[in-house]
Amino acid sequence: MFDLSGKAALVTGASGGIGGAIAKALHKQGATVTLSGTRADALEQLKATLGERAHVVAAKMDDAADIDRLAKEAEAAMGKLDILVNNAGITRDNISMRMKDDEWEKVLQVNLTGTFRLTRAAMRGMMKRRFGRVINITSIVGVTGNPGQANYAAAKAGLIGMSKSLAQELASRGITVNCVAPGFIATPMTDALTDDQKKTILGRVPADRLGTPEEIASGVVYLASDEAAYVTGQTLHINGGMAMI
Amino acid sequence: MSDIAERVKKIVVEHLGVEAAQVKEDAKFIDDLGADSLDTVELVMAFEEEFGIEIPDDAAEKIQTVGDAIGFIKGNAKS
Repeated sequence: MFDLSGKAALVTGASGGIGGAIAKALHKQGATVTLSGTRADALEQLKATLGERAHVVAAKMDDAADIDRLAKEAEAAMGKLDILVNNAGITRDNISMRMKDDEWEKVLQVNLTGTFRLTRAAMRGMMKRRFGRVINITSIVGVTGNPGQANYAAAKAGLIGMSKSLAQELASRGITVNCVAPGFIATPMTDALTDDQKKTILGRVPADRLGTPEEIASGVVYLASDEAAYVTGQTLHINGGMAMI
Repeated sequence: MSDIAERVKKIVVEHLGVEAAQVKEDAKFIDDLGADSLDTVELVMAFEEEFGIEIPDDAAEKIQTVGDAIGFIKGNAKS
């Protein structure tokens, strides 16, 4: 089950903790992967650990021309694009009273607008081939909200609404569009939290531990598989029971 | 160049699964030939491929009938 041999996948934000784990998991299931992100050296390192069936195309998700180039180069490198994992995302946390316009706009631009642009660019080939898997990495805070993250939560909630719309547009062409919503996951981003902060967070997690990037990647592998062909417009929450929705 | 019309009609027949007799020049893709909005996008993609041309979005929106498509392609085709 969940064999991805012969499939071509593009993962954005692949230099990050979750993105890297997703790329590794798709690759392990047999997919050819293109790793994208802004840090080319980190992407090359990951490519080296994967060996065969791996490509790197660095790109900035706040640059429309760069996004079109990414879609074209990924398709050219792999010959096609079957699976698109929109994982790239940034945070610019601040309480709303103090949030600057550029903090708001930057987060919306990268996390939401960039994802839309890349997905639009990838759709054409997927429609032609009557197969596609778009998996958008959203967040638990897109559903529950989070103080200090009005911009991030808005962008992540936006991804869910966007995914449901695209799912309805593309379902008849064999293309599914779903979201995976991680809760608190052990990554360099959460490593930066103090022990007290971690303790407070874990008090809200029935599983009483942080999740791992691999546990997010497993959900992505499922949604990318042929077995998940009838699943579309959904959000898969992977959060140790932190929110049950 | 007269075979452009025939090639366009062939693509329409294949893509929409309609009878060749229905594909008249004044037939509208959506109203008369049962296409949905995605079908029209795919038809434009198929025309682009067949004739080696690029049909910009604003031109594509104006292509509503078989005749519109033939007209645009005659004006822009390389092959």
